[in-house]
Amino acid sequence: MTITEKILAAHAGKKSVEPGELIDARLDVVLANDVTAPVAIKEFERAGFTKVFDRDRVVLVQDHFVPAKDIKSAEQSKTVRDFARKHGITHHYDVGEMGIEHCLLPEQGLVGPGDVVIGADSHTCTYGALGAFATGVGSTDVAAGMAVGEAWFKVPETIKFEYTGKLPADVSGKDLILHTIGDIGVDGALYQAMEFTGPAIEELAMDDRFTMANMAIEAGGKNGIFAPDQKTMAYVAERAKRPFKVYTADSDAKYARVIKYDVEKLEPQVAFPHLPENVRPVSEAGHVELDQVVIGSCTNGRLEDLRAAARVLRGKKVHKNVRCIIFPGTQAIYKQAIKEGLMEIFVDAGAAVSTPTCGPCLGGHMGILAAGERALATTNRNFVGRMGHPESEVYLCGPLVAAASAIAGRIVHPREVE
Amino acid sequence: MEFTGRTWLFGHDIDTDAIIPARYLNTVEPEELAKHCMEDGDPTFPAKVRSGDLIVAGKNFGCGSSREHAPIAIKACGVSCVIARSFARIFFRNAMNIGLPIFECPEAVDGIKEGDQVKIDARTGTIINLATGQKYQAKPLPDFIQNLIRSGGLMAFVRQRSQ
Repeated sequence: MTITEKILAAHAGKKSVEPGELIDARLDVVLANDVTAPVAIKEFERAGFTKVFDRDRVVLVQDHFVPAKDIKSAEQSKTVRDFARKHGITHHYDVGEMGIEHCLLPEQGLVGPGDVVIGADSHTCTYGALGAFATGVGSTDVAAGMAVGEAWFKVPETIKFEYTGKLPADVSGKDLILHTIGDIGVDGALYQAMEFTGPAIEELAMDDRFTMANMAIEAGGKNGIFAPDQKTMAYVAERAKRPFKVYTADSDAKYARVIKYDVEKLEPQVAFPHLPENVRPVSEAGHVELDQVVIGSCTNGRLEDLRAAARVLRGKKVHKNVRCIIFPGTQAIYKQAIKEGLMEIFVDAGAAVSTPTCGPCLGGHMGILAAGERALATTNRNFVGRMGHPESEVYLCGPLVAAASAIAGRIVHPREVE
Repeated sequence: MEFTGRTWLFGHDIDTDAIIPARYLNTVEPEELAKHCMEDGDPTFPAKVRSGDLIVAGKNFGCGSSREHAPIAIKACGVSCVIARSFARIFFRNAMNIGLPIFECPEAVDGIKEGDQVKIDARTGTIINLATGQKYQAKPLPDFIQNLIRSGGLMAFVRQRSQ
């Protein structure tokens, strides 16, 4: 069996499972945020449930529209707050403690290898970086999950991705996943598990692995997953709040496809509007002038990402035509970035630094685009209107290209601003 | 359950930001969401769509965010059913869970033109284009999901089982 199949079998109380099989799986964590929880709470209460299955395993994170951007958002936020208090939810993260959920849960040790996690947020697949089966669902699935601690799944087929060759210094996990999505398309892994393997993956830091697993959904994937290794163990050892179990794929595991990439000559990648599959190497970007650069999000808001951006921005100025917004993923990342002097570099460069929020990534608040404006972002989606006006444009890249382009005022390879 | 209605055509990879932009996610009210359904692609859509109409779309319909607001907006603006070449998986789950009938049928998508009157039997997945008389058969839903729909959606299903 593949890692995904093993985890699902264990959580369904079965010795083995086959792709296509429908199972009921026990859930280790059920997650929702201030946008999706209100719908889940409404469904939960309408169905007459009065207790959550386990107050330690329901996680509510207020990260999308807080600190509240308007009255309606404030009311939604309050719905979540009231529910959390009423049910004594242990892990309810509000302003001051909250971070972007997919940066926060691994950091707080709420997810571990071998877990099954559902979240009413499509980027829940991020936790696959830890060797967990984690997948995005809607609010009603979360309502049911909060009530009974189970969910139904169709066991997905798995595509194995094998990355070989030495990763160039300016190429990150973001570039690997953009390149992959550019190759297989936004529905290239529809309903399937994406298992990331190979020597180049073993070299990747955990933060890069989170970035890759995070964007499995942008290829239509059900989940992205990595086999835990020493780096995973070092990451979870100091964090895990529960016992966990490591699963690895059998040598005779069956894969729907095996796709191989040699990363040795890979360049930093950029996804052009309006789909994450419109990927080109940065050297082929042409002349694309920018109005805004966004560095952060559940995809690239972790410490390694901020360090990379700071390496480029140190002693430089953001171009006068560009608004550069940087938002760390969590309060802990924020604090560490202050300690390391990264924040000073950002502020000196003329970037705005924000409290953790999903805001700009989904055109919620904190950096909405006007008609005709163009943004380069380390986020995950560049759909029409994603960051604001339907006639604005979003380009996607990793933190090095984003920081360099903020200085140049147009999309450039990081070496152009050295 | 049978539906008959006019069709509205959409392309490939219609994402949930296109179905309901995030600027409207500060409400959970279906009527409010319905007012903005598909508006970034066609601002007149919410006004011109009539109760019972069908959406016919290309591949990977509903890709992107997990927002259940997307199928809720489609259902609340009166759309009776969505036919597509394929659906993104979270959208598929959400549609099933809230009781929005959706069908995968590439042949129907190829054969239906905008404005055609189409009749669909939601139980069997039989689609008839009344404009041409052409009949199509959508992929049937798994028994488990048909059960779930018969129970009245996921919450009713879970409620029954937990009692």
